[in-house]
Amino acid sequence: MRPVAIIGIGKTPFGAFPNRDLRSLAVEAGEKALHNANVRPDQIESFYLGNFAGPSFAGQNHLAPYVSTALGIEGVPSTRIEAACASSGSAFFHGWAEVAAGINDIVMVVGVEKMTSQSTARVSEILAEAGDCAGEMKAGNTFASLFAMIARRHMYDYGTKKEHLAAVAVKNHANGALNPDAHMRKPITLEQAMKGKPIADPLNIYDCSLISDGAAAVILAPLERAHEFTQKPIRVLGISQASDYVALDQKEDITTFPAVRRAAQKAYQMAGVAAQDIEFAEIHDCFTIAEIIAIEDLGFVKKGEGGPFSFEGNTARTGKLPVNTSGGLKSKGHPVGATGVAQLCDLALQIRCEAGERQIPRHSLGLAQNLGGSGATCVVSILGAA
Amino acid sequence: MRAGTVYTETVIYSAPEAFAAEAPYQTAIVSLEEGGRVTVRIEGDRVTIGDKVTETESHDGVPFFRK
Repeated sequence: MRPVAIIGIGKTPFGAFPNRDLRSLAVEAGEKALHNANVRPDQIESFYLGNFAGPSFAGQNHLAPYVSTALGIEGVPSTRIEAACASSGSAFFHGWAEVAAGINDIVMVVGVEKMTSQSTARVSEILAEAGDCAGEMKAGNTFASLFAMIARRHMYDYGTKKEHLAAVAVKNHANGALNPDAHMRKPITLEQAMKGKPIADPLNIYDCSLISDGAAAVILAPLERAHEFTQKPIRVLGISQASDYVALDQKEDITTFPAVRRAAQKAYQMAGVAAQDIEFAEIHDCFTIAEIIAIEDLGFVKKGEGGPFSFEGNTARTGKLPVNTSGGLKSKGHPVGATGVAQLCDLALQIRCEAGERQIPRHSLGLAQNLGGSGATCVVSILGAA
Repeated sequence: MRAGTVYTETVIYSAPEAFAAEAPYQTAIVSLEEGGRVTVRIEGDRVTIGDKVTETESHDGVPFFRK
């Protein structure tokens, strides 16, 4: 297996863009990545698109060549990967594997979702298709209600409090306020976060990530060729994808995500690092409880201690383990198919010291965790300066 | 009819389009006495973790339970 590097990154801002369609967002991110990597479209040897529900949100299928040809990438393999909210994390895993295996050298991975052309109720229905449609979803659940049930049980088993969840939202909003590409650049107080409009008890509107439009892109190359293209290559030190049941009621314990633990274990092993070595992370905070559980499953804290650890400020930019300096899905936004690659772009910005006002001092080893559904897919990537 | 214990629950205020008229309503995951778990709708009084519940009916393949 060859060492692999990210040689270029590109992102659109995240937000609600009524005048933009799926393809124009994907093309903007892709063109920025090409420019960033000093790569021409005809140098791309394989193209991956992470996208969850373009056919439902935008009425368009066969999306990978639909996007790649618009980028001027012609004739090469062009593949769409769907894995719910982990679609582009998974696309990145497959693009990485292709370079690591020596099948191709220069590979582009784009993630995109265009969501805001649909009503919130319809968006909830489309997202619900990533759950068990014949069971949990047929009973009237949404992803918010599934994570609400996870939060309830986590509170029952470990004493996690509503304040702990709210602290995650406050911290991510504070970070997103400093991110010019974030969907919601608005700091909130703990009091506001505690009193939001109820969505599914115990979660309120401030516990939930945003419905956004956006795209993100990276270009991969063998590490040995990275300096042909960039002075600031980012090395993919470890990566793994793992899976689990789609239906929540099939899991033995819903307060933990086995797919996160499995993916993390293999990624740490590949990178030759331990959880304690990770300096900062981009975590899949689709709901506040998901960030709390992820920092437990990734081994940053013991099981059940994620709530107090967050509440005490340890995951703030000034804390011992900054989490979601981008603002996370909560504040940066969550165009679901774009999220996995966007997390990697945000790690890269910190590692390259290009994160502006939100730059943190310890930024040489970062981890991204991208979750699909209520934990049926997880991709964990560990990046560092090459 | 099946019986079991509430493993977890939530009350849904923001419902998908097809269920909007029924909100707020409660769903739960029930650990069944016969083994295994099932996702259900709760009828009648609100339930909390640990409550004993029994199945009352099934609409269109969705089991309904109550205290």
